[in-house]
Amino acid sequence: MSSPEPEAIRAVPVRHWGRWVSALVVSLLAAWLVQAAVNSHFIDFHVVRRFITKPIILKGLRNTLILSVAAQGTGIVLGVIFAVMRLAKNPVMKVVSAFYIWFFRGTPVLVQLFFWFNGVPSVFKHLTIAVPFTHITLYSTPMVKFMTPFTAAFLGLSLNEGAYMAEIVRAGILSVDEGQIDAAQALGMRSMMTMRRIVLPQAMRVIIPPTGNEFISMLKTSSLASAITYAELLRVAGDIYSTNLEPVPLLVVASIWYLVLTSVASVGQYYLERRFARGRARALPETPFQRIRRNLARAPRL
Amino acid sequence: MTAMVKAEHVRKRFGRLEVLRGISLEVQPGEVMVIIGPSGGGKSTFLRCVNHLEKIDGGRLWVDGELVGYRQDAALLHELREREVARKRSEIGMVFQRFNLFPHMCALENVIEAPVRVKKIRHDEAVRRARVMLERVGLADKAGAYPAQLSGGQQQRVAIARALAMDPKLMLFDEPTSALDPELVGDVLGAMQQLAQDGMTMIVVTHEMGFAREVGDRLVFMDGGVIVEEGAPRDVLAGAREDRTRAFLSKVL
Repeated sequence: MSSPEPEAIRAVPVRHWGRWVSALVVSLLAAWLVQAAVNSHFIDFHVVRRFITKPIILKGLRNTLILSVAAQGTGIVLGVIFAVMRLAKNPVMKVVSAFYIWFFRGTPVLVQLFFWFNGVPSVFKHLTIAVPFTHITLYSTPMVKFMTPFTAAFLGLSLNEGAYMAEIVRAGILSVDEGQIDAAQALGMRSMMTMRRIVLPQAMRVIIPPTGNEFISMLKTSSLASAITYAELLRVAGDIYSTNLEPVPLLVVASIWYLVLTSVASVGQYYLERRFARGRARALPETPFQRIRRNLARAPRL
Repeated sequence: MTAMVKAEHVRKRFGRLEVLRGISLEVQPGEVMVIIGPSGGGKSTFLRCVNHLEKIDGGRLWVDGELVGYRQDAALLHELREREVARKRSEIGMVFQRFNLFPHMCALENVIEAPVRVKKIRHDEAVRRARVMLERVGLADKAGAYPAQLSGGQQQRVAIARALAMDPKLMLFDEPTSALDPELVGDVLGAMQQLAQDGMTMIVVTHEMGFAREVGDRLVFMDGGVIVEEGAPRDVLAGAREDRTRAFLSKVL
């Protein structure tokens, strides 16, 4: 018995009225907010435009970037060191690393900044490098001269970051299959080389996404350094509006620059992740540009 | 002639579990020894002891006349430093059940990694030799492929090439075909057979009885941490003396 080919289904699609209504409501609310902000002259865009590229603001921007990159870079190095210590067989290493992570993760970073900037110079009047157990002094300087706002902010932020990075790196190292270590050792590689050539490159895949988040977070956390007078973005903006009494436009200027920094960092993070996905997936994931192009080619649907 | 591998009453325990309970055997240069037996019988552990990936708790183990992991000084045993252990390991090739290729490196990079980093061979020379090794296992055209782009059988053959690139005097195979789809087993066994014909000394832990019969010079049946029976593969496979061997063979043959 032969049956005729069944007809292709041609049905009326379900209408998602709820989606249309909610999209409309949210769009109206957003439009109303924007209109209110513009009409109230809450933000004086002339002032924003005047200050956004002022040399003093750009200098603050530069300082924010320098501090963030330096603190994040040092934090990563510290993180790798303390993660390896935490995973070492030596119990002293383990305990020291665990204590470091416990202490620096457990206290507010703002307190740590004050501690370095105000606390340390009040107790130690001089910074002295000397040969232990002798009276030979190699280098000595007044602590207040050494502990500049930048030094204090750099120390505070990088030591704090190191504690977070240590946990991230440790998770990455533990994610690498033990068979990889077996294979490297069986080829005659020693543990340092195994770590450097085999384990860490693979751990990177797990380490990079949270590290990108950490850096984005660091770009913003660096604004705490304004509290210890370091002339970064927020501090210079604050200095300006304390004299011209226009806090809103200057805070908007700072925010715009923070958004620019974090946006650029997100894109960088994306491409780094792609690079370290090499060899994992059969095909690399598409870039945002490729995705946008593909999405544009397809009609948007609600 | 010095035995390539000599074990005397080798013991190994993990916590309270004694995995090796006095293993004694000898492998002569150029010989292919096949170890069979039920899982958990200590086969893989013994193999890992031979290149000191596991530390033995008792007995003595020699590779090419030198103690594994220790230095004998009169009556005292000294543990070897990591550098010395690593140097000895670099002379022994090992192939794993799950391949353990380095996934962040392409096939060629996998093969040249140890010659360049451990043996300090010049990069171009290492590349030249790596291509010969890949050719030998039939994968000359896959040099640039990453492990994720290769089938299991191809990955395992790259792993063999990687081990051979160190010019080892002894090759250890830890169930090299157990993780492979049946149709891919043949290529890997073929590469191993070629290696055996070229005169390589090999210890092979496997469940491939056909390989044991065709390629093995000697067969060892291990169960419960001891060697139950050993002999010429054909003899053992055709007519085992021990009940335990017969019971095992009746399940796998």
